[in-house]
Amino acid sequence: MVMKKKPVDVVIIGLGWSGSLMGMEMTDAGLDVLALERGNDRTKKDFLYPKPADELKYGVRLSLMQEPRTDGVTMRRNTQENALPQRHWTTFHPGTGVGGCGAHWTGVLYRATPTELTMKSFAEKTFPQGFLPEDMQLQDHGVTYEELEPHYDFFEKIAGLSGQAGNLKGEKIKGGNPFEGPRQNPFPLPPLPRTLTDTLFTEATESLGYHPYPYPSANASQSWTNPYGMQLGPCNFCGFCSNYGCLNYSKASPQTCVLDALKQRQNFSYRTNSDVRRINKSADGKTVTGVTYIDGDGNEVFQPAKMVFLCSFTLSNVRLLLLSDIGKPYDPATGTGVVGRNFTYQITGSADLYFKHHQFNPFINAGGSGQVIDDFAPDAFDTQKHGFIGGSYIYTTQGPGGAINGIRVSPDTPAWGSAWKRQAAAEYGHHMMIGTTGSNMAYRDCYLDLDPTYRDPHGDPLLRMTYDWHDNDMRMTEFMGDRIRDIVKKLGPDYHTTSFHQVGDHFDPSKYQSTHLTGGAVMGTDPNTSVVNRYLQHWDAHNLFVIGATNFPQNMMHNPTGTVGALTFWAAKKIRSDYLDNPGPLM
Amino acid sequence: MSARSRTADDPSAVATRRPARRRSIAVVATAIPLAMVISVLAFANPAGPGDPASRSPAAKPDKALVAQGAYLARMGDCTACHTAPGGKPFAGGLAIESPFGAIYSTNITPDKATGIGNYTRDEFAAALRKGIRADGKRLYPAMPYPAYASISDHDIDALYAYFMHGVAPVHHQPQQTDLGFPFNQRWTLMFWDWMFAGTPRSAPAPDGHDAVARGRYLVQGLGHCGSCHTPRGLAFQSKALDDGDPAFLSGAELNGWLAPSLRGKRTSSEATAGDGLGGWSHEDIVNYLATGRNAHAAVAGEMKSVVEHSTSHLNDADLNAIAAYLKTLPSHRAKPDQVGSNSSDARDTTQRLTKATDLSHGGRLYLDNCGACHFADGRGAKTVFPVLDGNSLINADNPTGLIHVILAGAQLPSTPGAPESLMMPGFAWRLNDQDVATLATFLRQAWGNKASKVTARQVADVRKKLGPDDMHGNGPDDPYPGLQMHADAEDD
Repeated sequence: MVMKKKPVDVVIIGLGWSGSLMGMEMTDAGLDVLALERGNDRTKKDFLYPKPADELKYGVRLSLMQEPRTDGVTMRRNTQENALPQRHWTTFHPGTGVGGCGAHWTGVLYRATPTELTMKSFAEKTFPQGFLPEDMQLQDHGVTYEELEPHYDFFEKIAGLSGQAGNLKGEKIKGGNPFEGPRQNPFPLPPLPRTLTDTLFTEATESLGYHPYPYPSANASQSWTNPYGMQLGPCNFCGFCSNYGCLNYSKASPQTCVLDALKQRQNFSYRTNSDVRRINKSADGKTVTGVTYIDGDGNEVFQPAKMVFLCSFTLSNVRLLLLSDIGKPYDPATGTGVVGRNFTYQITGSADLYFKHHQFNPFINAGGSGQVIDDFAPDAFDTQKHGFIGGSYIYTTQGPGGAINGIRVSPDTPAWGSAWKRQAAAEYGHHMMIGTTGSNMAYRDCYLDLDPTYRDPHGDPLLRMTYDWHDNDMRMTEFMGDRIRDIVKKLGPDYHTTSFHQVGDHFDPSKYQSTHLTGGAVMGTDPNTSVVNRYLQHWDAHNLFVIGATNFPQNMMHNPTGTVGALTFWAAKKIRSDYLDNPGPLM
Repeated sequence: MSARSRTADDPSAVATRRPARRRSIAVVATAIPLAMVISVLAFANPAGPGDPASRSPAAKPDKALVAQGAYLARMGDCTACHTAPGGKPFAGGLAIESPFGAIYSTNITPDKATGIGNYTRDEFAAALRKGIRADGKRLYPAMPYPAYASISDHDIDALYAYFMHGVAPVHHQPQQTDLGFPFNQRWTLMFWDWMFAGTPRSAPAPDGHDAVARGRYLVQGLGHCGSCHTPRGLAFQSKALDDGDPAFLSGAELNGWLAPSLRGKRTSSEATAGDGLGGWSHEDIVNYLATGRNAHAAVAGEMKSVVEHSTSHLNDADLNAIAAYLKTLPSHRAKPDQVGSNSSDARDTTQRLTKATDLSHGGRLYLDNCGACHFADGRGAKTVFPVLDGNSLINADNPTGLIHVILAGAQLPSTPGAPESLMMPGFAWRLNDQDVATLATFLRQAWGNKASKVTARQVADVRKKLGPDDMHGNGPDDPYPGLQMHADAEDD
């Protein structure tokens, strides 16, 4: 029997960054807000010093992530293959529980550049007809940098962002990123202190004529009280960021930046272990009426609501839309339909440098510490000459220094035994990494749909990911590999190794790539190519809003979280100014 | 000179929801003399109940007056004692432990059978200001009526309106207080009252125009700050009820914790720790009361509940009035202790910890357990991690509060002004008694701190009294259940 709960104004599915920020906005607007979180509650008690500093539990066994057993994904590289489920997370790490990925993320918080939000227009302006592959499906976000700027600014204050502006109201500032869009305000906090890797990278890239700047870090460099009255303490470089909850109130997260303020509000409540299975549609299909979820005791519960915000992870958002039969599923054969369309990922690569005479102390690090160059952003140089559209930032960050994941040895070392031990001890602390994080264009044959074979414990089909690399993006990352080799040459390590994809490589889901999965429920101005409009409102059901990196029409080189936060506030502003008094399609 | 720090401690007697608790240790020592005083006086001058209360009907509910009463009830933190853990608001039943036995708080909801529903306005006033119940019997001075004596008539009216019309009646008979002879002879309290209680006020409460006068009214009266922060005499009486005596708010001990002096009007540049609030600016005081935190300190101990349930709900004008008044009180000491400074001692500790070679065991324990947040210089981080150099909790004569915080951790209240309930982990699961003693001793002698050594036995005594509800964090989940992962407490 389905239990029916008392109606609320707003249901939020997923209590991560976008869910908690939208919770603040909608409670501000005076609405009764209920958040439903599939996973456990996670409070500061879970992240008390020194609990999170457990590499085996969090870094290897990935305790903060979804369980593949209940929320797995099947993968294949093309429609000819049979998709198989991931039984251990490898290539990406989808979080669960209160805070979501915002609890275990690294803490690199970027803005998109004006170009990254308008890739289609940029491509039309920049490249000759026929240059781009025919199966590439570029789109503009439908929202511009100028429109998002105040929302980026506000989110950066929520997160207590540390860094150095490179473009303040159009004025270029040395030491910052000259390729970024204009900021109306400087960073809330100064950059984190530099490590040795930062210094070496900065000297080498400056001598090559590039423009290094500090990573925009959501690991706070100083004490910070955000506009919600929430507080961050200065990061102590403990090194437990990515895959971990922060033990020092330093990494911006829903826990450190939003939730205690949200819980103060009488018109907010949340339920954990509440696994939403369907978004319910009205009889005419033009609105949604609430959600059906399974609670921690296994009861099926219907929660009526006037508005529904779908704020879970990229993959979960798309799957729930497909399971709920809201919006037309994408069909790669015909190129029609929208749900699952333009699924994109992130192209990464790295070099590992060994210096006998440098001791880096890699156990001293922060996820957001590092130095970066944006000299190879999509619009910063002539990519046409090199045969691709897109770009990467090139960066260094100290570490990793963990005893399990932080050991590097020369390639000729045996993989185990006393010889390996000797070499590991001799080389520990002498390695430095330089990496790239690159854009990924959208292609007709990269998409998400429901798997015909594999089901979850409730009997619902798993999500299926059909995805492979494409030559354009591989040419891009080959080019970045060469740029890194230039930097390596400048630095002159005793030896180095590189790991970059090449044209002809296929996507290998057995290796970690990135958790920046994007698209599948993209935003736009055309209902034929997007799931939600430019206010993140579902084209087919005006009281359903879908929020997350799932909205990106293709992936940008810059990390997604900043744009996810800005989009949340952007949508909230429109909802509060136009929608609440007059519910209906905003476009 | 740098700004002086003050701690994490500030207990207050009235604000706790624990089922049982103890008043100041000093009370134990005074139990016998007090009993003697009461007995002797009782036989010397037997007398009947106090003034018969004049009877007048309950006023009609006036919304504004009820709202004002609700605010004043927050100010007085009535709920702290009159709400039992898990109980309905104001229905009583909280056990307040005293050396004479547990005193149970009463039901002050307007229920006619079990609460104060039949109280007239004047009976209500007599209970608050004179400690006399409607039936003429005396209240035990666990009820701070000596301080409440100065509540104005109008504020009594407002509180009465609130408790009659703003509080839901709850039919609940809390356990009756049943102290042994002679303390069950309530009438003998009239002598105590005659000697120590305040004189009921007739003047109206100062409004906001004179902030200092308003602050004095709130601090001495409804706020009853002196209940914890003024030392007590032999008969458990507050040594001073107003600022006519330099003992007023000059600091006291509560359950082994320091309830620090609130005196010391120096500016932060002149003051040193141990000089009460001397190192705090007006704004520091306001922030602390409103949010439980400021640039120097974070609330812990009994004061946490006071901030959570009382001071964080006060309006800005009253918070500013309290701060303005406290800043007028001169230090009670001619020469305050010189602890915590930017001295060479402080630099020595910082350098030793930074270098991290040849560390003492205490230094090593500090770096491994505390340094992540409080840093090698012991300065912590503004508004987030309290300053340890010069910290009054650390430098208190009695180390109980410090040991308690190391073992159990602490958590800030979530307040409207500062919602984040920042939590310091407890280390009871991680450090044995000797380690905690070594660490506490290190803290009490590091940087500019100067306080006595702590022994493992002192730690064991505090550890014994900790319950699961006191603990903030219990360490990582045991990956190998059944295996002994760390040594148990050593003998001292």
